[in-house]
Amino acid sequence: PTSDDTPEVLNRALSNLSSRWKNWWVRGILTLAMITFFFIIIYLGPMVLMTIVMCVQIKCFHEIITIGYNVYHSYDLPWFRTLSWYFLLCVNYFFYGETVTDYFFTLVQREEPLRILSKYHRFISFALYLTGFCMFVLSLVKKHYRLQFYMFGWTHVTLLIVVTQSHLIIHNLFEGMIWFIVPISCVICNDIMAYMFGFFFGRTPLIKLSPKKTWEGFIGGFFATVLFGLLLSYVMSGYRCFTCPVEFNNDTNSFTVDCEPSELFQLQEYNIPLVLQSVVGWKTVRMYPFQIHSIALSTFASLIGPFGGFFASGFKRAFKIKDFANTIPGHGGIMDRFDCQYLMATFVNVYIASFIRGPNPSKLIQQFLTLRPDQQLHIFNTLKAHLVDKGML
Amino acid sequence: EVDLEERLGELDLRSDSDVPDVPPPTDSTPEILKRALSGLSARWKNWWIRGILTLAMISVFFLIIYLGSFMLMLLVLSIQVKCYHEIITIGYRVYHSYDLPWFRSLSWYFLLCGNYFFYGETVADYFATFVQRREQLQFLIRYHRFISFALYLTGFCMFVLSLVKKHYRLQFYMFAWTHVTLLITVTQSHLVIQNLFEGMIWFLVPISSVICNDITAYIFGFFFGRTPLIKLSPKKTWEGFIGGFFSTVVFGFIFSYFLAQHQYFVCPVEYNSETNRFVTECEPSELFQMKKYFMPPLLQAVLGWETVNMYPFQMHSIALSTFASLIGPFGGFFASGFKRAFKIKDFADTIPGHGGIMDRFDCQYLMATFVHVYITSFIRGPNPSKLLKQLLILQPEQQLSVYKTLKSHLVEKGILQPSLRG
Repeated sequence: PTSDDTPEVLNRALSNLSSRWKNWWVRGILTLAMITFFFIIIYLGPMVLMTIVMCVQIKCFHEIITIGYNVYHSYDLPWFRTLSWYFLLCVNYFFYGETVTDYFFTLVQREEPLRILSKYHRFISFALYLTGFCMFVLSLVKKHYRLQFYMFGWTHVTLLIVVTQSHLIIHNLFEGMIWFIVPISCVICNDIMAYMFGFFFGRTPLIKLSPKKTWEGFIGGFFATVLFGLLLSYVMSGYRCFTCPVEFNNDTNSFTVDCEPSELFQLQEYNIPLVLQSVVGWKTVRMYPFQIHSIALSTFASLIGPFGGFFASGFKRAFKIKDFANTIPGHGGIMDRFDCQYLMATFVNVYIASFIRGPNPSKLIQQFLTLRPDQQLHIFNTLKAHLVDKGML
Repeated sequence: EVDLEERLGELDLRSDSDVPDVPPPTDSTPEILKRALSGLSARWKNWWIRGILTLAMISVFFLIIYLGSFMLMLLVLSIQVKCYHEIITIGYRVYHSYDLPWFRSLSWYFLLCGNYFFYGETVADYFATFVQRREQLQFLIRYHRFISFALYLTGFCMFVLSLVKKHYRLQFYMFAWTHVTLLITVTQSHLVIQNLFEGMIWFLVPISSVICNDITAYIFGFFFGRTPLIKLSPKKTWEGFIGGFFSTVVFGFIFSYFLAQHQYFVCPVEYNSETNRFVTECEPSELFQMKKYFMPPLLQAVLGWETVNMYPFQMHSIALSTFASLIGPFGGFFASGFKRAFKIKDFADTIPGHGGIMDRFDCQYLMATFVHVYITSFIRGPNPSKLLKQLLILQPEQQLSVYKTLKSHLVEKGILQPSLRG
């Protein structure tokens, strides 16, 4: 078991309460602290958010790798700590390079070293990864082969989970802060609501893996989260700073969120289905189309998100650990808070790519410019024929 | 009742020598071969079996090349499935987890998901005209990522629901084992197919270079080998390594010269929707047109020529052969380390004298990724048909604005004549 690192201040303030209530209070205070922190960094803007996502990612990676060391007693394996951090660096370099190239296109084209790095980005990333791979092979030591392969596999799976998801979150963020805030809030809300409904009404156990979860909590949490998502989206859709894509302004060299809100964020009249009309008494309602999407996001957060939590619970039982780490008093490690978020981030990204926007036009233009002239002509003519067909030209 | 968790926990912590061996696979040499070679001593018999099977594999390779791109794609797919099966089976034997509830189904299901995702991305790109005509396919293509993700999630949820007390650790191990195997086998095999579509030469030259390096390094090592190369593979020697390197570069150079002359190998593979077949016909790109190169003075003195006629592709083949000889072997060392770690002699016993399919293909995987990255970085930009597909998905207003930008660019470059009409 990990040591108790509740700050002394809290310990003294709560010293006269019984230990059960003390645990409750510690969890409660830390929950409020984390939510406040969340609001502060939202206020501070996209750049700070990106940095926070990066820090969370590194901490999660560190927590999972440390568990691997503890499980396999492999902390002293030659080279391995260095190699794990090196692979983390490689993969982050690859993903950040792709993101930077997409979103900072003009900036990159202006600066000569950046342009070359961006043109041969994949090759450089691959070369960096290969170096790590060869170092791994050269570091294989007799009698430790199996351990080393385990840690290699462990590192790669961790990278797959942690780094790819954190980059999907950043992509969602660039789409508009609302695509970052609403999903994360829905998962947090579902956590809290399911706990509360379970606390007050919980009777039927949900899954053997997590005996504290109940069907009442699950269903109550689902409805509460959908409602919360609808309300939160309504409030946020009114503000440009949340709904506009994050763009990098080349002249001021800073991030701007200023745009003409897309039709997703413009109020529309919806006719209420007859069933609800008798219940609610209105014939039509004014809503943002985004609120309909928020129902999909909340539903996913409530129904599938918990599977991420069950996966983490199973993982903790498999390796006989109580928490991923003891970073947050009363809550465990960063991974303990973020286990449900990972599936959510991927879902939001796939959802946006499939239903909200198509490919990024500026990225397409960028790719077009690298083609050969005859290929460019062919594409141009096909596009022209298509537009004429549609009556746009 | 023995707690499997406890036993496994101890298994993990013991050093390699304490771990019991995985039972050796049975000998599957065909009876015919055994009878034909019954007169020879065991050492020569092994040599002959290896030799015959090597020739058999190379002949199959040539046959498939002759049969065309579609057969090659099928071959790549079959090899991928077999490699996956071999590695997963090793996992079962290592962890005695063959009877784990659901797990065999889940492994195959994840393989299917991975392939569905990749083939969907590839097929949509290359068969754009075929796809445009059929409504149902259009729907599948448009929402491809979402459908693939939903399929994967179903597998993920099934895994979580299948977790059984006392088997948690085993199940997580097999889950991770499956994912890493998928990462290695499925992604690489799709990169191989992407390379193939670029032109059969991009498929043939890398694979042949790796095979050539294997064989020539072995031969050089056999005749001149003295200094061991790496503790991991005691049979490898520096003489074999260096000799193999130079022979492979020369081989790649000469082989490219012959292949570059035929459109069949050089042209990108395209799908002709009228004839419903793959065609390889085109105007060869400048990579495959003879050029005069000036020899550096150093080589001039040696060879006595001032200029030489070469295909530019042959310069690229030097890069490919170099990679195959210097870095490719690391794939082999990785596989050797893996086999020692899990105390197995071969991945499987599919090919008599050679082991499993993975044993033959371990060096190829790094090569496939390298060729793909090389092509996208140095040879061509993005795939034009993929770009077109994405353009056609955009909103009409976006398409119009993109059209205007492209038009002004093309006019500026003089590729398009400016016209009076918009």
